[in-house]
Amino acid sequence: ITSAMEVCKSTDISLREFGCEQNLLSRPDGSASFIQGDTSVLAGMYGPAEVKVSKEIYDRATLEVLIQPKVGLPSVRERSQEQCVRETCEASLLSFLHPRSSLTLILQVVHNDGSLLSCLLNAACMALMDAGLPMSCLFCGVTCAINSDGQIITDPTVAQEKESRAILTFAIDSTDHKVLMSSTQGSFSVYELQQCIAVCQKASEKIFLFYRDSVQRRYSKTL
Amino acid sequence: STQTRALKYSSLRSTGLRVGQVLLPGDQFFCEAEETLSLSATARRDTAVCGPGLRRSGDRVLVCVGGLLRHKAPNVFWVQSHSKRYVPAKGECVIGIVTAKSGDVFKVDVGASELASLSYLSFEGATKRNRPNVQVGDLVYAQFLVANKDMEPELVCIDGAGRANGLGVFGSGGLMVKVSLGLVRRLLAPGSELMADLSGLFPSEMVLGLNGRVWVKSSSVQQTLILSNLLQSCETLSPDQRRALFHRVKQGTL
Repeated sequence: ITSAMEVCKSTDISLREFGCEQNLLSRPDGSASFIQGDTSVLAGMYGPAEVKVSKEIYDRATLEVLIQPKVGLPSVRERSQEQCVRETCEASLLSFLHPRSSLTLILQVVHNDGSLLSCLLNAACMALMDAGLPMSCLFCGVTCAINSDGQIITDPTVAQEKESRAILTFAIDSTDHKVLMSSTQGSFSVYELQQCIAVCQKASEKIFLFYRDSVQRRYSKTL
Repeated sequence: STQTRALKYSSLRSTGLRVGQVLLPGDQFFCEAEETLSLSATARRDTAVCGPGLRRSGDRVLVCVGGLLRHKAPNVFWVQSHSKRYVPAKGECVIGIVTAKSGDVFKVDVGASELASLSYLSFEGATKRNRPNVQVGDLVYAQFLVANKDMEPELVCIDGAGRANGLGVFGSGGLMVKVSLGLVRRLLAPGSELMADLSGLFPSEMVLGLNGRVWVKSSSVQQTLILSNLLQSCETLSPDQRRALFHRVKQGTL
């Protein structure tokens, strides 16, 4: 782990420019847009609302995540992303405080320029917070790519993703900076995995600072 | 031990939170000790009452909703957030829509995840013989008698003494609009400037439900519409913009 930390120090963690706006839609109970460079996602959160009897869970809320691609209908890839986002949200939401109700999160991909899953996770977190749902902690998504030279690139673009031999996305929580969810593709060694986790944990601190800034900006307008 | 106590308090004060500060879920909440602390005084139990947005987790208090830290003397703390969806809470007064009559209860939509029940006996002067005149589609102003996460919420239109006390079915006329929960709380805050500005425009009646529904009635339909539109625009206006807008309305130039 010490060696991973050293590498982490020497690696310059560069994230693209981030942007976030909360409460931009009037109809949903919570909404957010999240932008990472040219990747952009719009999130709408409904709930706690009435739930269908077939989906009712007697001791917690039913969370449903729907991802709408930019073009066409949701396919297998969106389903797998939905599952990643849902399981991360379930880990941080205190869903037992709203039993027998439904929470619906709709994520619309506006543009994909790499690191889409991490952008989806970040938009989801901001929308949950905007809806005022109780959460035990915040979470963020960080994507990193390992290129052919073995270098780790955080927050890669589509071009960088294409050149890389492995892409790893982690969801990291805000209290202990532990990994809540991981989604990987490509081949990498155990050592590289540990390196990537360390890099992503480091990057998550930046993202959480950004979260705090953007929420502060929002509440500064409070009348 | 008094020495260590004093030390503990000073360290708390240095890390203490500011009232009005933005807190995010997962942040730890510290209760700030009083400014002047006598070392010889007998140990007083410092208890803080935690309202919405704060949760006890083991021996710590954690924030579970993002928003601004609020404080009410002497020891009540809560987190104020901008939410639009209502979650029933005991004792709160809300505006509901009667959606069904089933036997001896009415089902009332209050904008929460479940319909609330309202017994026909919980109206002023109602008896088994003398049923209140409530139709499906009527608006009622009612108070939560039972509201917790595990049970069906229950409304009443009487106080503890059996008096209506302002609660009950709405008469004809008037308009109901939906605003955010934060705006209603701002209107209901004691000495609210917003409320003073609004009530200075036209003579009107206004009923505020904590579930974000507001009912307005003025002497004419036109004035009712103006008031309800102004109310909805107050959501995003700063105090200066609001005063400018209200001034123009008063002069009739809008």
